[in-house]
Amino acid sequence: MTPPSSLGLFLAAAVARTYPRLAWLFRSRSWLVQETVLPVLAVATFAYAYRSMNAPAAYTGFVVLGAAMTTFWLNVLWGMAAQLYWERDSGNLEHYVMSPAPLMGVLTGMALGGMTTTLVRATAITVTGVVLFDVPLNPTSWWALLGVFLLTLAALYGLGMMFASLFLLWGREAWHLVNLLQEPIYLLSGTNFPVAIFPRAVALVASVIPLTLGMDAMRQVLFRAEGLLPVGVEVLGLAGLAAVFLVAARLCLRYLENRAKREGRLTVRWQ
Amino acid sequence: MGPTAAAAIRTDELTRTYSRPRSRQWWGRRRSAQPPSPAEFVALDRVSLEVQPGELFGLLGPNGAGKTTLIKILTTLLAPTSGRAFVDGLDVVTQADQIRPRINMVSGGESSGYGILNVRENLWLFARIYGVPTSVAHERIDRMLEVVGLTEKARSRISHLSTGQRQKMNFCRGFITDPKILFLDEPTLGLDVTSARAIRGFVREWVREKPGRTLLLTTHYMAEADELCDRVAIIDRGQVLACDAPAALKRRVQKYPLYALSLAPGADGWSGLGQLPGVHQSTVTTTPTTVELKVSLREEPAIGAVVQAVVNAGGHILSLQKVEPTLEDVFIELVGHGLNGVDESNR
Repeated sequence: MTPPSSLGLFLAAAVARTYPRLAWLFRSRSWLVQETVLPVLAVATFAYAYRSMNAPAAYTGFVVLGAAMTTFWLNVLWGMAAQLYWERDSGNLEHYVMSPAPLMGVLTGMALGGMTTTLVRATAITVTGVVLFDVPLNPTSWWALLGVFLLTLAALYGLGMMFASLFLLWGREAWHLVNLLQEPIYLLSGTNFPVAIFPRAVALVASVIPLTLGMDAMRQVLFRAEGLLPVGVEVLGLAGLAAVFLVAARLCLRYLENRAKREGRLTVRWQ
Repeated sequence: MGPTAAAAIRTDELTRTYSRPRSRQWWGRRRSAQPPSPAEFVALDRVSLEVQPGELFGLLGPNGAGKTTLIKILTTLLAPTSGRAFVDGLDVVTQADQIRPRINMVSGGESSGYGILNVRENLWLFARIYGVPTSVAHERIDRMLEVVGLTEKARSRISHLSTGQRQKMNFCRGFITDPKILFLDEPTLGLDVTSARAIRGFVREWVREKPGRTLLLTTHYMAEADELCDRVAIIDRGQVLACDAPAALKRRVQKYPLYALSLAPGADGWSGLGQLPGVHQSTVTTTPTTVELKVSLREEPAIGAVVQAVVNAGGHILSLQKVEPTLEDVFIELVGHGLNGVDESNR
């Protein structure tokens, strides 16, 4: 049997690691209630609040989009960042490290699986929100929307891949950090309102979070709303963030593997 | 020193230490009245070993002896503190990427895999990360499931498997990538007698099936090591105490050949046996149904004179057998206690 090429191994690992996520989507039904119905209830709260204030109809659309994109953010935090930590605890990580497949391939598989399953949830939330609250969709271009969306996912999951390495290094401390950051990030990324209402300096700092730039750009494209920066600039920013996070993830992973091998943390700490 | 081209596994003065976590202090005072433990724990202490291609090599030792640490280093999961290790002639630190396609490992009691996937899907996943094509993976999965008697569970989610079934699946995972060098860390842990026997049979067959395949096995079960391994290293507290073929190790502890004679009750007067030429020592134990004689000999042919003396004294011999020492005897002799860690001398 001819040994597979590096690219072949990367792709094989990515596809293989995507598979458990897809299987989960079809074999576990609990997400239908937990992650679709409940977010729609949260959307309803803000939608009725905006209506009672006679806010522009697009604001309801902001909330629906925010709820849909938040599912990706939660997946990045809890599904992606915590994944290597979980893989170590379940005994899978040592098999991934010991195998010839590059760990970036495994992480890519986790990201692709997470994206795919979350896309289904986000679509369910979006469709339900748009239909229930009669959200007016008026995009400048569906293709632009798709492009910005994919770029946002690339940056988000690049960040998730970087977090995955750091979480493994920090262990339990990382969980506290996630809890600590969750609400501030909801606020700074403008989940339920346009981020342009922030003071400019705060909004620019918040743009380091891919969710902030991504949602702002998508809202501009989808609802022709005023944004923080021109869409083109935000797209460039997202592309830059995606590249930085992916490169950082690769470096972190290599550093993590070497350090964990020195300290004996790849398996069980005291082994 | 460079690697020996012929060695499948080689370690030179391999040492691994772990730093102990520091106990928390409050205003410079230790909370505990206990004296501080050393800052470092030595898991492996200058271990030098060589395993030849095609060899089935065993590592025997109690918990905490350093067996798993050694395997983790050889499988590129752990860096040595000092010394060097080579697998298939490649350095585990600097050439880890080249070693990985050639090896695999199975640990007893491991919980790897994804509960949402079934047995076949899990095995496929772990085959794919080694680049095994899907069709080949499925052929090997079928074969391995048959070997361990898990064919009927191929479509069961692993979250629904018993511990033993899960262990069998893990065992299959190690073989479906067709490694050149395989590390089995307590592979039969938690398995029933029949399954463990089937697995031992397969392991032996697997090593012989293709020239150059090498297997390093750690086990608590002395009989398993004795039955399977071409050579065994006995390791305790990070040090290799002995390394040889099981038969040679057993010869080391038996200075005098030992024979056991079982006699029908009735006759008496065996104390004189110890005085016969060539006899080192004799002991007598009387049970309600038999008299058990144990005779150790300085010269093995002296057993003829012993039998003659017993017959002449009116003894009726029911059975006569040569008593072989076990690996456990070797272990106790070398380590000073059994695998359960209790000092035999204190019993």
